[in-house]
Amino acid sequence: MKKICLTVVGMYCMLLHAFSQATKDTTAFQPRKLKLEEVNLVSSYYTQNGDHSAIGGGIGSEKVTDLANGLELKWVGWDTHARKNTLTVGMGIDHHTAASQAYISKTGASRRTDGLRLYPSLDWSRENEQKGTSFNLGAYYSNEFNYQSIGLNAGVTKKTKNNGEFGLKLSAYFDQVKLIYPSEFEPASGYSGYGGEREHPDYGSSPRQTYTASFSFSQVINTRLQASLLLDVVQQNGYLGLPFHRVYFTDGTDAVENLPSTRFKLPIGLRLNYFMGDRVILRGYYRYYTDNWGLQAHTASLEVPVKLTPFFSISPFYRYYTQTAVKYFAPYEEHLTTDNYYTSNYALSSFSSGFFGAGFRIAPPNGIFGTHLSALELRYGHYTQTTDLVSDVISLHLQFK
Amino acid sequence: MKRKTLFLATLVASVTAMTLSCTSVKEYQKSRINDSEMSLSSRKVEKNELNFQSYREGASGANGGKTGGGCGCN
Repeated sequence: MKKICLTVVGMYCMLLHAFSQATKDTTAFQPRKLKLEEVNLVSSYYTQNGDHSAIGGGIGSEKVTDLANGLELKWVGWDTHARKNTLTVGMGIDHHTAASQAYISKTGASRRTDGLRLYPSLDWSRENEQKGTSFNLGAYYSNEFNYQSIGLNAGVTKKTKNNGEFGLKLSAYFDQVKLIYPSEFEPASGYSGYGGEREHPDYGSSPRQTYTASFSFSQVINTRLQASLLLDVVQQNGYLGLPFHRVYFTDGTDAVENLPSTRFKLPIGLRLNYFMGDRVILRGYYRYYTDNWGLQAHTASLEVPVKLTPFFSISPFYRYYTQTAVKYFAPYEEHLTTDNYYTSNYALSSFSSGFFGAGFRIAPPNGIFGTHLSALELRYGHYTQTTDLVSDVISLHLQFK
Repeated sequence: MKRKTLFLATLVASVTAMTLSCTSVKEYQKSRINDSEMSLSSRKVEKNELNFQSYREGASGANGGKTGGGCGCN
């Protein structure tokens, strides 16, 4: 009887032991399905004024307003190999008005002076934290009345043993430019009686491709300083001008701008971020740019976030930019009819610009007022060019978690 | 040719300097480095600023933003 009792007790202990092993090990890795982790909403209002419209051949109003809204949803999950998967879906909607659009018609009577742009995007990334590697794929689409764009990209990153990270990203954009010419270059039959407004719906289009290889290397230098080096190698092919940009020659005649069908760009940038003391951060950036159209540019910026509390900061910033003109630029009525290539687009002229402003950011650990709104950032900037173009932009970023 | 050589030399020198000048930083020492305002990428609130700058200026790229796509026609 004693033997039986001891056997039963022994079996009970074994079972107990067995179940004890089977109970949840809280330290073991558990895969997790994709879960919505973050929602970002970015809205901006942009307004500009100037008097060097490319549609007018370098003269005329450049008044533009643009209201841009972007929504981004981010899902995060871990697979059975402990790799972090992130799926990001974005949707953007912009509405703009542009005074110069009225002058696609020579008389300034084009009715379409506003437009809508829609641009959805999809990104997926997989990160292996143990190996320090990540891989991502992305797709992008943009559609507006006179322009369509499809973008694809793929990238990899690899962390080094010494707090560094290499990155490579390949992107390709396949665009279609709708051939809307100034009214004087359109067949007369294509116009209605309303001030020269073109009505036929079937515009032709011309392709434009952009291929980019982006290399990056970032490095933690010490406990307060980190830097990154960025290099893009960009090749563009196709129709690189815009069909409704006029050029006026010295003899008073006009034509549509004509630019080469290839462009090679080489920008290199350096970021340097330094945490000074306990409250002040210095965010520095410099970029040198050169291309085979003869444009060279320097960009330098400094932003100084000051943490008034650990979760509230104010960030004044200043950006200086200067560029030389492309070989094919000349102002209104300064091109010769014998020129092979010509443009009076002041974005390709020689100028300098300044951009300054400030922003503030609130990001308390338990959300703003204890809600899912985890961060709020508001930023204003004022921009001036030596071409007399002036603009203002105000942006709001809301992050929900 | 000289400009290209200078460009490549600057690139190599920058990467070398960044790699050699760094000290060993442990995870627990990264409280400042990991601060959200120390991020080496552009912030989301800057997205539309980068867009208008790339349309109003002749240079673009090497800032984590787009290098193509979109018209900027207006």
